[in-house]
Amino acid sequence: MRRYFGRKLLVYGLTFLVAVTINWMIPRFMPGDPVQSMLARANVSQPAAVEAMRAHYTNLFGLDLPLWKQYGNFWAALFQGDLGTSIWLFPTPVTDVIMRAVPYTLALLIPAILLSWWAGNRFGAFAARRKWLDNTVLPIGYVLTATPYMWLAILLAWGLGIVAGVFPVSGGYSFAMRPNLSWEFVGDLALHWFLPFVSLFLVAFGGWAIGMRNMIIYELEADYSTYLSSLGAPQRLIRRYAFRNAVLPQITGLALQLGVLVAGALVTEIVFSYPGLGHLILQAIQNQDFFLLQGAFLFIVVGVLAANFIIDVVYVLVDPRTRTGMGGEAA
Amino acid sequence: MTAVPARRHEGLYFAIRNGKLLAGLVVLVPLIVLAVAGPMFVEGDPNAYVGIPASSPSAEHWFGTTMFGQDIFAQFLYGMRVTFVVGLLGGGLAAIIGMVIGFTAGYRGGLVDEVLNMLTNIVLVLPALAVLLIVNAYLGIRSVGVQALFIGLTSWPWAARAIRAQTFSLRSRDFVDLARLSGVRTWKIIVREIAPNMSSYLFMTFILLFGGSILIAASLDFIGLGPSQGVSLGLMLNNAARWSALHLGMWWWFVPPGAGITAIVGALYVTNVGLDEVFNPKLREL
Repeated sequence: MRRYFGRKLLVYGLTFLVAVTINWMIPRFMPGDPVQSMLARANVSQPAAVEAMRAHYTNLFGLDLPLWKQYGNFWAALFQGDLGTSIWLFPTPVTDVIMRAVPYTLALLIPAILLSWWAGNRFGAFAARRKWLDNTVLPIGYVLTATPYMWLAILLAWGLGIVAGVFPVSGGYSFAMRPNLSWEFVGDLALHWFLPFVSLFLVAFGGWAIGMRNMIIYELEADYSTYLSSLGAPQRLIRRYAFRNAVLPQITGLALQLGVLVAGALVTEIVFSYPGLGHLILQAIQNQDFFLLQGAFLFIVVGVLAANFIIDVVYVLVDPRTRTGMGGEAA
Repeated sequence: MTAVPARRHEGLYFAIRNGKLLAGLVVLVPLIVLAVAGPMFVEGDPNAYVGIPASSPSAEHWFGTTMFGQDIFAQFLYGMRVTFVVGLLGGGLAAIIGMVIGFTAGYRGGLVDEVLNMLTNIVLVLPALAVLLIVNAYLGIRSVGVQALFIGLTSWPWAARAIRAQTFSLRSRDFVDLARLSGVRTWKIIVREIAPNMSSYLFMTFILLFGGSILIAASLDFIGLGPSQGVSLGLMLNNAARWSALHLGMWWWFVPPGAGITAIVGALYVTNVGLDEVFNPKLREL
């Protein structure tokens, strides 16, 4: 088990290293001069002002130092939680801007991921090898999982938000309100949260249901199922064993899907102007705020790595084989 | 079962009797034809301002027009073509990288496997879209080809992993040993002995990568980091959202592009399951 976690942590550590290196490298080695393009964007005409700004930006990036020193400084700043200053919301530090957005993203993602995974697995297991459910409901699953997240979000916003007028379609809470701890505000938050959540939930649900249905069919074909049924075990019992075996690859699948789910949350937030990371990223792109964009990128990577680690722990708890060092799927 | 199909035609025998495969192809083939041939029937630039702005679908403009009077049907046809191109190039590149790494790691084993496995795992946990966001924002993607290139470079890991596992189970079979004993070179063994035994699996991997590339490209286009030239289905969604088609009730602007993507990717997935049932005797429902 120590070996299992050791390997995992090594991979995550290296991934973080790669992510930070990408973050550091891209502005420095991309074609063209980032300082020059920032100056062009600022649209300053006075030569003295241009020179002052050039000196400022060069200093900010530390571009006048040797490369290895720049790289070291980058890491040093990172460990102090310093991701630079946002240009869009100047002069707020990037870390603060991101910290304000993260709760919204997590409040969408965590329930959407967990509930869709749970419900999708239950439903997929139930539908497997039941003729009419398999033939009517699973096509819907395929359509859902093929739907681009933002399109379902747009359709829901249009149908339930604008045509039916039941739900608000933009923002994290009403513009007329100020954040406070009252039932009214919490209710308003929930109302704004609902549609983005549902659109994330539905797309993910389709994928899990189909995955589970296929896994269950594999398991019901396995030797132990045939053996059980030849012993005269009730169908319910066989299905329960099949489910327990089929859930393991679904846990691995959850780890694999995290990136896709986060991406889905980002575009869904953009549709609903929901004040999470996705909205932040859009603003960063539109305002050419590269510090903010890079900060958000690192944050997403760290979040995905942490979630991966949690899933590894869960896997060890669920699959006894990993504990006794007998291998098992994720080893 | 009455007629026992000849071994050679077994695949075909089950293929034409598989509902999922047929349903997938029935959707997919017309869309491909539309994407290939459609743009030939559109005169001029799909982004040209040709009609009355914001008009709903009519005989003249089948899908209506945008806020600026662009024909949405023309954009849709061109967008479909771009979508297939991104899927083909991005998915194809990812499949090639996945195969090279998967075959090498699975066949060679040992240190090579350790290193490649580590590389695969690292790229696997890096969220692809987040990396693409950074890269595209800095580089400013101009063409569909470059977009597909970056998508391909980030989306291969799970394929490599799956192919490695399959190769691993094949490499100690007798026929592979025999080939190795008779001095056949490593690459020849992989291409001639191992790959053909998992060709159906490789094809299905490609289909899934194809669909995945389309979805990633659509997300990037929607965020506004797509190719800066031309049209695509994701870009149409982006424009519709940016110019508040939602609030103006211009459903004809945002429904077709999303429906197009969903139809293509959904049909690909269903086709994939159908193929799985055709190739894998255990899954056939008779």
